[in-house]
Order: sequence, then structure tokens, then C-alpha cells
Amino acid sequence: MKRLCLLAAAATLFAAPAFAQDNTITVGFTESQTGPLNVDSLGQSRGYQFWRDEVNAAGGIKAGGKSYKVKFVSYDDQSVGGRVQQLYTRLIVQDKADFLFSPYSSGLTAPATVISEQYSKIMIDSGGAEEKPFELGNKYLFMVLTSATHYLSGAVEALKAKDPHGKIAVVYSDDPFSKVVLAAAAQQAKDAGLEVVMNESYAPSTTDFGPIVNKIVSSNADAFMGGGHYSDGATLARQMYDQKANMKWVSILVAPADDKFGELGRAAMGVTVPSQWEVQVSYKPQFGPTTPEFAKAFQDKFHVPADYHAASGYTAGAVLQHAIEQANSIDPEKVTAALNAMDVTTFYGHIKFAADPGHHGLQEAHQMVLAQWQNVNGKLGRQVVWPEVAKSADLLYPIPSATQ
Amino acid sequence: MLGILASIIDGVLVGLVYGLAAMGLTLIWGVMDVINLTHGAMIVAGMMGLYLLASSLGVSPYLTLPPVLIGGFFVGVALYWIAIHRMVGRPPLMSLLSTFAVNLVVIGVGTAVWGTALFNVEVALPGASIGRYTFPGAHILAAVLAAVIAAALYVFLHNTRIGKAVRAVANNREAAELVGIPTTRLLAISVGLGVALAGVSGMLIGTLFPFTVLSGDGYQLKSFVVTVLGGFGNPVGALLGGMALGLLEGLVTPFVPVSWTLVIEFALFVLVLIAFPGGIFASRRGAL
Repeated sequence: MKRLCLLAAAATLFAAPAFAQDNTITVGFTESQTGPLNVDSLGQSRGYQFWRDEVNAAGGIKAGGKSYKVKFVSYDDQSVGGRVQQLYTRLIVQDKADFLFSPYSSGLTAPATVISEQYSKIMIDSGGAEEKPFELGNKYLFMVLTSATHYLSGAVEALKAKDPHGKIAVVYSDDPFSKVVLAAAAQQAKDAGLEVVMNESYAPSTTDFGPIVNKIVSSNADAFMGGGHYSDGATLARQMYDQKANMKWVSILVAPADDKFGELGRAAMGVTVPSQWEVQVSYKPQFGPTTPEFAKAFQDKFHVPADYHAASGYTAGAVLQHAIEQANSIDPEKVTAALNAMDVTTFYGHIKFAADPGHHGLQEAHQMVLAQWQNVNGKLGRQVVWPEVAKSADLLYPIPSATQ
Repeated sequence: MLGILASIIDGVLVGLVYGLAAMGLTLIWGVMDVINLTHGAMIVAGMMGLYLLASSLGVSPYLTLPPVLIGGFFVGVALYWIAIHRMVGRPPLMSLLSTFAVNLVVIGVGTAVWGTALFNVEVALPGASIGRYTFPGAHILAAVLAAVIAAALYVFLHNTRIGKAVRAVANNREAAELVGIPTTRLLAISVGLGVALAGVSGMLIGTLFPFTVLSGDGYQLKSFVVTVLGGFGNPVGALLGGMALGLLEGLVTPFVPVSWTLVIEFALFVLVLIAFPGGIFASRRGAL
């Protein structure tokens, strides 16, 4: 009898986790809770959380006659690439993650994809827009973002529409993401007949852009495109304003997409930023929330406005959920097939992944918008100004500081 | 040509502020042979002091200088007792580690409270122009204030009783004790002064550029370069070193691709270390 009881106890011990696992999908990812990527990563993580809480409140993801609750396992990668591979290995091997989300930034996503592919785990990328990992024949990697080479396409088009003979200074951070974005933008500008009068990179640790701004002035440029991630972009905007560089056009990556950029006050005015999503866009979703619903619920939950990092994070979850529901299974191969076949529109925009082996998983349908910091009802905020069909306000050109 | 001149002038203006920051680092080194790795965190503390005081009280950013200076002094004295007192006279690695640990704690708490979000203090001061090139008013005033504070420190060290005692401790601690100077108290005062200088330079930098909780690392690195250029333990040399670094940045940028500036800066740094191991403006060891 005693032996029977022991056996029963042992069986319960082993059965309990198995039962929990049966009805739970574990999604693993790292987030930059500390380090320089903290702000943007936080937005992305909130997007993930928002999706998880919404799914679980609705009873979970339904597939194969079951409802799966979503469980997250995440670690702080400290914004350091070296930590990422170790942590993703841990997520897969030790924490038994079923699916993976990407970390924030191209620099961290690239090393993470090496591990996800090695273990044949599906990873939805909503943090790294660089194309390189998608040119390596990866099979389980899918990106919801518009890729880096298209980041400034809208800015080039809009500038050409306003000034077909614009002279552009291209100055960017010497990191993989910014280099790809600005190399493509410089080429697109040349192809569009615009003149690139300065094309230089700066070290990501640069603190004072004074001499660089003077060099921009010396180049006789009247438009600026560049920046990198956060502090550098904001500092550039402030110093161009303080030193009266009188640019008629300023496009800066990433930093102006954060609401805190408005702290710059007059220096923020007129600055444009390529954005994956803004609260003004109005796509008609086939499933999930509309933009106003998402923006309101997000604001209510986190007491901060949703930005594109949050929308991208949420979309990563929504896309994974849709694929599982379409596959009617959590089998990785079936979910991969559903992702390969996906062609949907959400509040975030059109989502379709490239199927050819040379670019597998790359986003090929989603389009970016160009947002500009403008004064609306006495308050600084971002408005969508490009493309024309999606705009919520007219483009300010030349930007007001240039005419003062 | 005007562009080069403008870059040099702007470089020297900002270099004076870097020099002030480095004075804080070099003062502590000069008095007690301790490399203060909380330096970057203290620069950020000065920036946050500026932001919080200026935004909550709505006062002019420059009125935050006295409270940041005084607050920095007391923080420095506390730092001495927490992380440095037991390490004085021990191998340099001990104080490096203890101050680095405090640095991690300060930055960790800062990140937990404010994240790494951007802070900006708007300064509306008329600037000066040469042709198309503008020197913002904030840069000019920050440079002037840095020079005034540096001069005040010089006067303090050379013309006051406490200042002379600090120099005596720097020269020979045992001899200073033999003539009745309370050396422990003076070491605490020196760290207080060093941190106050770091805080004030942070406050001044905060009027020039936007910043985050993590901005200190870059300025700490610059302070090390300036300290080496200026000579270890030589506050006046640090100010000259700061100007030299700013001048170099201004002079190099117009001629080479921007990404080469740091390479040239650090190549020069290594050359200076080889040619002048004590720094270009090195004074007699311990002369302060």
C-alpha cells in the first residue's frame, strides 16, 4: 500500500507540469531593462505584455480544440549583444520556450536569430529591422517591421516633392542598423536626383556634435538625414537648432519617435521621423483591435501613449496567435507554414512575409509612414505627413526654425 | 576657413567644461592616489539636479549651480566615508573596485527611477555668430562659468588655510599629520570638492546637450583623456587639457571623416602617454 502511495505521489509530481504544459504556450524573449536601449525596448515589451494579457483574458489561443494560455519567460539582456545568445539558449533549453520574440534593435536580434535557427524555434522579430539575418537562409525567422533599407524612402520622396534640387547632409551613427538605413537613403536620394553633399558616420559614443554641425553648415546642405538611436539623435536635433544650422528639412531615426523627444521644445519642431506606426494611421484590420481601440486600451493600461515600438511588439504576438489559429496546432512546422502563407491586415498595417529563400521571413507588405513634430493646439506632437493618403496634417516645409 | 575657426572656438568652449569635469577627477587622484570611478555617475547626478530643480522650481538653470555645488560636496564627503576611507594607501585596484561598485549602484538606482529616458533643459540665451556659424549663448556662459570656478578652486587651494592644508596632504601625508593637520578630514573635503566639481560640470553640460541617466560614461572617458593630457593630479593642467581636447576635436573634424575623430583623439592619447607619462602639463608629483 505504502509503495502504491509513493508511486501515486511520484506520478502526480510528474503529471502536474505535463498537464500545465499542455494548456500553456511559453513565449521567450529578452528585453533591455537596463542599458541604452531601455526606452525603446520598454515600449516593445509593453506591446508584448498587452497582447498576452488580452489573449489570456479572452480565454487563450484556440487551436486543435484546446485553449492555450500564454506564459512569458524573459530576461534582461542589459542592451548587450554578448548576453543575448546565452539567454536565448537558456530560454530554449532550460525554460522550454515554445516560441520566441526578438529582443530590441538589430544589433541584438542578429545574434539571437543564430540560436533560434539552431534549435528550429520560430522567432517573430519586432525589434531589429536590419535585413542581413534574412539573407542567410533562416527558416523560422519572421519580421513584422518594414526593413531598414526602406526606412527613409518616404522621407526622400517627400523631400523630392518639396524641393527636387535639395542638398542633403547624411550623417549617421556608426552602427549596423543606421549604416544600412542611411546607405539606402543616400542611394535613393541620388536616384531621385537629389544631391548628397555630405555623407559621414560618427562614433555611437559621440557626445558633442558642435564640430559636426559646423561641418554640415560648411557643406551648404539644406536638408539633413541621419541620427542613430536615442541620445545621439536628440543631441543632433538640439545642436542643429542651437547652432542655427537652418536646415529646411530634418529627418532623424528612432529618437523623435519617442514622446520624450518633445522635451527638446523648439528644437523638436519640424523634425521628421520614419515610423512603423502612428496613432493616426487607419488600416481596416481583418482581426484584432482597430488603431483607436488599441491606442485607448494601451493608454488605459500603461498610462503612456502607445508608440510604434509598442504597436510592433503587440503585432508580433497577434501575428503568432493568428498563425497558430490558422494552423489549428502549435506544431512548429504547421505554424511556420501558416506564417509563410500569411497575408493579412491588422491595425498595424499589411503583413506578408517573403517566401523566397534569399529573403525568407522578411516583411514585404508593411509600409512606413513619415511623422513630423508639429505644434497642434499649442502642444508639440507627432503628425503623419507622408504618404499623402495617410497624412493627418500637412508637411511643414521649410521647418519653422529655418525661417526664423 | 571660417568653419574651421568656428569649430576651434566651439571646441575650446566645450573643452573648458570638460576640463572642469576632469579637475574633479584629478583633484582626488592628486590628493590620495584614488581613481574615482563614480565620476561619471556624479556628472549625471549634477545633470539630474539641474533638471529636477530647474523644472520643479521653474528657476533659471544657472541658479541651480549653488545647490548642485553644495549638494555635490556633501555627497562627496559621504562617498569618502562609504567607499574610499578604508582604501586610501591600499593598492589602487581596491579603490577602483569600491568606487566602481558605488557607480553601479547609483546608475542602477537612477535607471530604476527614471529609466534611460531623455531629459532636456531649454536655455534661451542669445549667442554669437561668425558668418553662418553660431556659438550658442549656453556654450559661452558654460565656458565662462567653468573658467571662473576653476579660478576659484585655484585661489582656494593656494590662498586659504584649508586649501594649503589640502596641498600639504597631497605632498606628504605623514609630514602633514606630524604638523597637526587632520588629514582624514582633509581627504574627505578633497573628495567633496572633487565630486562637487563633477556635479557642477554635469550641471553645465546639462545646459548644453540633452542627457540620459547613462550619459556619464562618455564624459567620464573624456575626463580620463583630459586628465592624462593635463597631467595626473594637476587641476590647472586638467583645465588646459580640456581646452586642448576641445581644440583638437574642433581642428580635426573639418579635415577628416567624422568617424576618424575618436581614432585620432585616442591615438594622440597613447602618444602622449608614451612621450609624457605624467601628462603634457605635468607638475612636480604631488604639488597639486
